[in-house]
Amino acid sequence: MNWQLLPQFAITGILAGGPIALIALGLVLIFKSSYIFNFAQGQLLLLGALITWYFSIELELNLWLAIFLAVVVMALVGFAIERLALRPMTGQPLLSIILMTLGLSQALQGLALLIFGGSQRNFPQIFSAGDPYKILTPLIHEGKNITLILKQNLVWSFIVAIIGVIIIGGIFQYTRTGLAMRATSEDHELAQSTGLRIRRIFGISWGMAGVVATVGGVLLATSSGLDLSLSLVVLAAFPAVLLGGLDSIPGTMVGGLMIGLSQGLVKVSKVAIVRNSAEIMPFVVLMIVLLIRPEGLFGQKRIERI
Amino acid sequence: MAIQRPAGEFDFSYAYDMATIRRRWQWLALLLFLALLYTLPLYANQSIVSLVNRIGIAIIAVQGLNLLTGYTGQISIGQAAFMTVGGYISALLVNDLGWSFLAAMPAAALGAGLVGLFFGLPSLRVKGFYLTMATLAAQFIIPWFTRQAFPEILNGAQGLNVQVPVIFGIEFNEPSKYVYLTLTTLIITTIIAHNISRSRLGRAFVAIRDNDLAAELLGVNLFKYKLQAFFLAAVYAGIAGSLMAHHLRHINSETFNLVDSILLLGMLVVGGLGTNMGAIFGAIVVELIIEGATLSAPFFVELFPATAAGMIQALRPLFFGFTLMLFLIFEPRGLAHRWQLLKAAWRLRPFSH
Repeated sequence: MNWQLLPQFAITGILAGGPIALIALGLVLIFKSSYIFNFAQGQLLLLGALITWYFSIELELNLWLAIFLAVVVMALVGFAIERLALRPMTGQPLLSIILMTLGLSQALQGLALLIFGGSQRNFPQIFSAGDPYKILTPLIHEGKNITLILKQNLVWSFIVAIIGVIIIGGIFQYTRTGLAMRATSEDHELAQSTGLRIRRIFGISWGMAGVVATVGGVLLATSSGLDLSLSLVVLAAFPAVLLGGLDSIPGTMVGGLMIGLSQGLVKVSKVAIVRNSAEIMPFVVLMIVLLIRPEGLFGQKRIERI
Repeated sequence: MAIQRPAGEFDFSYAYDMATIRRRWQWLALLLFLALLYTLPLYANQSIVSLVNRIGIAIIAVQGLNLLTGYTGQISIGQAAFMTVGGYISALLVNDLGWSFLAAMPAAALGAGLVGLFFGLPSLRVKGFYLTMATLAAQFIIPWFTRQAFPEILNGAQGLNVQVPVIFGIEFNEPSKYVYLTLTTLIITTIIAHNISRSRLGRAFVAIRDNDLAAELLGVNLFKYKLQAFFLAAVYAGIAGSLMAHHLRHINSETFNLVDSILLLGMLVVGGLGTNMGAIFGAIVVELIIEGATLSAPFFVELFPATAAGMIQALRPLFFGFTLMLFLIFEPRGLAHRWQLLKAAWRLRPFSH
């Protein structure tokens, strides 16, 4: 282990976990209201980023206006997906629903490539790429204090992601719509019989998922560039969701940050193969979570009844 | 599924009751069909033979997935990862140890099966969606392992060049010869899959799928049978992976990827879950649709000139995704169900029911 690198990689890992938490939030949103795990979230993210790019670069709009428009478009896309693809699946077995979102992910991936092309494009910088923040720590290595270097865009996307998680968490906890969503996730039929319009609630949660995906997509694209592989980043968020607990909003934050941290920590190692394991670290964590505590850290344990 | 038999046909012995092929004309039809398949390379052109070869290998992988997902109800999106295991093991055995392909393929199947057992272990504790995630983990961990571990043997991300299989002095070095290897393997795997599905093992699988708690109460050992399902699925994947690796003569960590896993699952759904015909129908139809995407690419290039370069990569997932979604909405029981309806209608003609 290169111990002197540990603080740096740990903090970078945690910061990188911010966007993962935001993506995980989009997944939990849909799961909490409709009990559907959305494998197409990555493609929503990609579409959100591509549409933002289209508005800001191709149509040369102001960046913030472009993001706003993209958010609106993606909310509509979310509604449309719920109406056209998922509503016919209501009451179908789990396998059909999983396959529907998998099919959706393939269709959207193809559509994105068909319309926008596969080239790597420059995404407008939102946060200045200028001087990184430097923090002097009290830790001493070879007679000098260790300095932590934090890239500005990492720090800011982390902050935006955390704010996003807090806002959505607040909506769920304190508004009537949020209450309705929680009730719906508990039992669809029961919620409907108390007068909740569960179709509208599904629509709203998919719309919100579209919005969260756009924000996540923009954050990822601005720090690592925009091409079609953006949709693969989401795969790191699946383990984060399971680690935090599938139905827990604070869990997405903890899960996302822990996944980021685990990826940062293995990079400290001196052994090449351990260093290179950063890309599969989320899935190693996933296997451990599944074997030890399948419901996740904050998730509700479901008791089976016949 | 109640077996529909025409009026006037009786089972006069147990063997006849269990027989899959009951009438003389059915034997005739089967033999004619096999003769047609085996003489295909004589008159069909190279690209069709190559397509048949690809479909055959896909059917084997889907048959394995059918045992796990269709019969046992354990959803797996890691089938392609076990194909990677099979491909690598068979490539290493033939290349480095000089084994015959005839010995290397079963060894590859066994090796893939053991890896499948390991990734089936979470099925002890979790099910449904959570188990899907464990198979997704396999889909990432296994290709990573082939890229990073033992670079002097596995050759990292470059992958391995695989030798042409030689059996009894015959080199299977072109699609028109290789197709015999694929078809023969396919016939054997089909017979095994069909017999598993109607034996004690298959009935236990179905019991677990339909209600795992009830199955356990009836004395079906859940863990044992779930692991057996994982093992069998991975064995089939190993055979398919080994065939594909020797067909392509190259294998790396990207030869079988996540999209392939999704594709195999999609084939199963299009064909019909939990039916032996489904695996065959689904693989054929989806492979044909993907072939159609490739063929229709020039037409789409005129519509979307911006994407000219990546058109095939764009159309394949697009066509496949929409096919899968439409099947899920309009015919979730798949083509095998349509086939049953068609057979029933034929038997009852001219009456409607």
